[in-house]
Amino acid sequence: MMRSVLSVILACVASIAGAADVNTAIIRVEYPQLAPISRFEEKTADLAFAGADLATQDNQTTGQFLGHNFKTIHVAAEPADVVSAAAELRAEGIEIIVVSARADELLAIADAAQDALILNAGAADTALRGAECRANVLHLTPSDAMRADAVAQFSVWKKWTRWFLVRGSNPADIQLAEEYKRAAKKFGVNVVEEREILDTGGSRRADTGHVLVQKQIPVLVQNPKRHDVVIAADASDVFAPYLPFHLWDPRPVLGSAGLRPVSFNPATESWGGTQFQTRFEKLSGRYVTEADYDAWLALRAVGEAVVRTGSADPSDLRTFMLSDDFELAAFKGQPVTFRKWNGQMRQPILLYDGRINASVSPQEGFLHPVSPLDTLGADEPETDCKAFGE
Amino acid sequence: MRLLVLFFTFLLASVAHADRIFVSNERSNTVTVIDGSTWEVLTEFPAGLRPRGITVSPDGSKLYVCASDDNLVRVFDTSSYEELFTLPSGPDPELFVLEPNGRRLYIANEDDNLVTVVDTQTKEVLAEVPVGVEPEGMAISPNARIVVNTSETTNMAHFIDTETNTIKYNMLVDQRPRYAEYTSDGTRLFVTAEIGGTVSVFDIDGDGAPTEVGKISFQVAGVQPEWLQPVGAKVTSDGQWLFVALGPSNRVAVVDAKTLEVEKYILVGERVWQLAFTPGEEYLLTTNGNTNDITVIDVASQEAVRSIPVGQQPWGVIVAPGIN
Repeated sequence: MMRSVLSVILACVASIAGAADVNTAIIRVEYPQLAPISRFEEKTADLAFAGADLATQDNQTTGQFLGHNFKTIHVAAEPADVVSAAAELRAEGIEIIVVSARADELLAIADAAQDALILNAGAADTALRGAECRANVLHLTPSDAMRADAVAQFSVWKKWTRWFLVRGSNPADIQLAEEYKRAAKKFGVNVVEEREILDTGGSRRADTGHVLVQKQIPVLVQNPKRHDVVIAADASDVFAPYLPFHLWDPRPVLGSAGLRPVSFNPATESWGGTQFQTRFEKLSGRYVTEADYDAWLALRAVGEAVVRTGSADPSDLRTFMLSDDFELAAFKGQPVTFRKWNGQMRQPILLYDGRINASVSPQEGFLHPVSPLDTLGADEPETDCKAFGE
Repeated sequence: MRLLVLFFTFLLASVAHADRIFVSNERSNTVTVIDGSTWEVLTEFPAGLRPRGITVSPDGSKLYVCASDDNLVRVFDTSSYEELFTLPSGPDPELFVLEPNGRRLYIANEDDNLVTVVDTQTKEVLAEVPVGVEPEGMAISPNARIVVNTSETTNMAHFIDTETNTIKYNMLVDQRPRYAEYTSDGTRLFVTAEIGGTVSVFDIDGDGAPTEVGKISFQVAGVQPEWLQPVGAKVTSDGQWLFVALGPSNRVAVVDAKTLEVEKYILVGERVWQLAFTPGEEYLLTTNGNTNDITVIDVASQEAVRSIPVGQQPWGVIVAPGIN
């Protein structure tokens, strides 16, 4: 009798000890930038925030059964203000921060809030997972290396092994082109020619811009060596969307235009995706973007770790998220997990043509001793990341 | 004379009635009807938008279909295939479970995090029970005291008290729980987790309280573990064999429901989704969403014996027992 009473009490205590208040924030950095080439890609006021809100709503629905409370506050900050924004959040006791920003601002926040758990939901720079990795940063956004590998695998599967690489002239474009060259080497693809399209700051979307585009682009890409596909490396969003129908030789385009490697898109309906889309559209009144999905994934990973550990302590959560016990359903057909050696989330990459997913990488036949997902991006033996010593 | 023959033919047809198999075709918005003795397709009739969950009344006279995109349950006559009436279901009904006496229908509303309880006679909504995110799997204990709902993003099985329509117990399971299935004596419950790749096994005590006693995992040589995704499940009434549909691996696992050992994998059509036994449990039927057919498995020999083409993207299957 006594024993069963005791076990009942213990059961209650265990469930109370498991109740957690989980206060999180999302910092979105506002960059001065030109309008996108396509007005379909104009930034909405709730970009990334809506994804974070959906995750918090999902977490709260689950948390109610366990006594957890999830809250997320939104911070929109100028690039120069990110350190003070992070400090304010730390002063409010917030130790879990999603960052929707570029690499420099992400690192500034991570270094200013080293005791906080930082979730990268926006910066794809491969170096952030390598030489520039930080122990307190986990990456939800797939790296450029993962994306380039996803394209290369598909291209090899199709036997399109001769690439004509067309890149922009800005440092980010050159870096992205390097990713494609590395991926080509990794999967046995031949880059037959590389050409630069100079960013002259010209007319992009003016009234008659298309007239100019139609005359200029073919000339810039005329008489290339014999190739199967064109790979566009245009991180600056200057020319790539024009390539598919303005090439000299008609060829499929992949990379920054044509078939694009993305973390998610509003067309995905497989693997329960329809339910995610319906929930997101009901909440935000618009279609989901990668920024929203990445923020959703960040806070869902946190929510899952809280539910499984009963803790809201960032260090406990980080330990659990990097352990073998963590896995998450992310509407991509298989569980997503974190790489222990650099904090990058392993995940399938969708190859999206703007209307449908034409394919999903990793492709069949690319094998790996741990997980086929580790054929995308830097693998453990080749990582430069030193902050994740086990 | 001719009339007389016709008359007798009619009489025979209406009296000696074989089992009828009903398959909901998610994409063609229809239900396919198959003769359970000849395996012939009798007809395919419109069943509303995106039909998924499908069941029959205990007397076999009514067919209930979740018309997910119509946001209601359509009820058809199992002989004439005519629509009799509709039931309110709450938004996006996916799966449901009918009380053994046929009175109350418990419906999972995938988009609204609710289980809706509907009276099939008065056609009224009796209660809405808030559950986790993306409720899907539904099961009812044989004594009708507990309804189990699985929520796919919350990753829980919620045990709902059918007297009070409130949640009595919550159990965490693996990622994306799809389906729940009680043994016929109500002492054991199986919950499949599609993305987790497992089946959680609970023993159920006299009060309906669950205790996790094990977890079943699957492996097939030459098949990536990611493709072994448990979805639908059925257990034989003697509690001996559990069949688990493994989605995109195109296989049904045969599990010893007592030892929890996987004994066999049966190759079926592509993207195998839900399962149903024929009334005497001689056969198990599987819906194969990507090959647009159903596979018939001989339960005793645990072999696939035939496949039957149905509509587009078959989702659910149920059998109305025949009249002999």
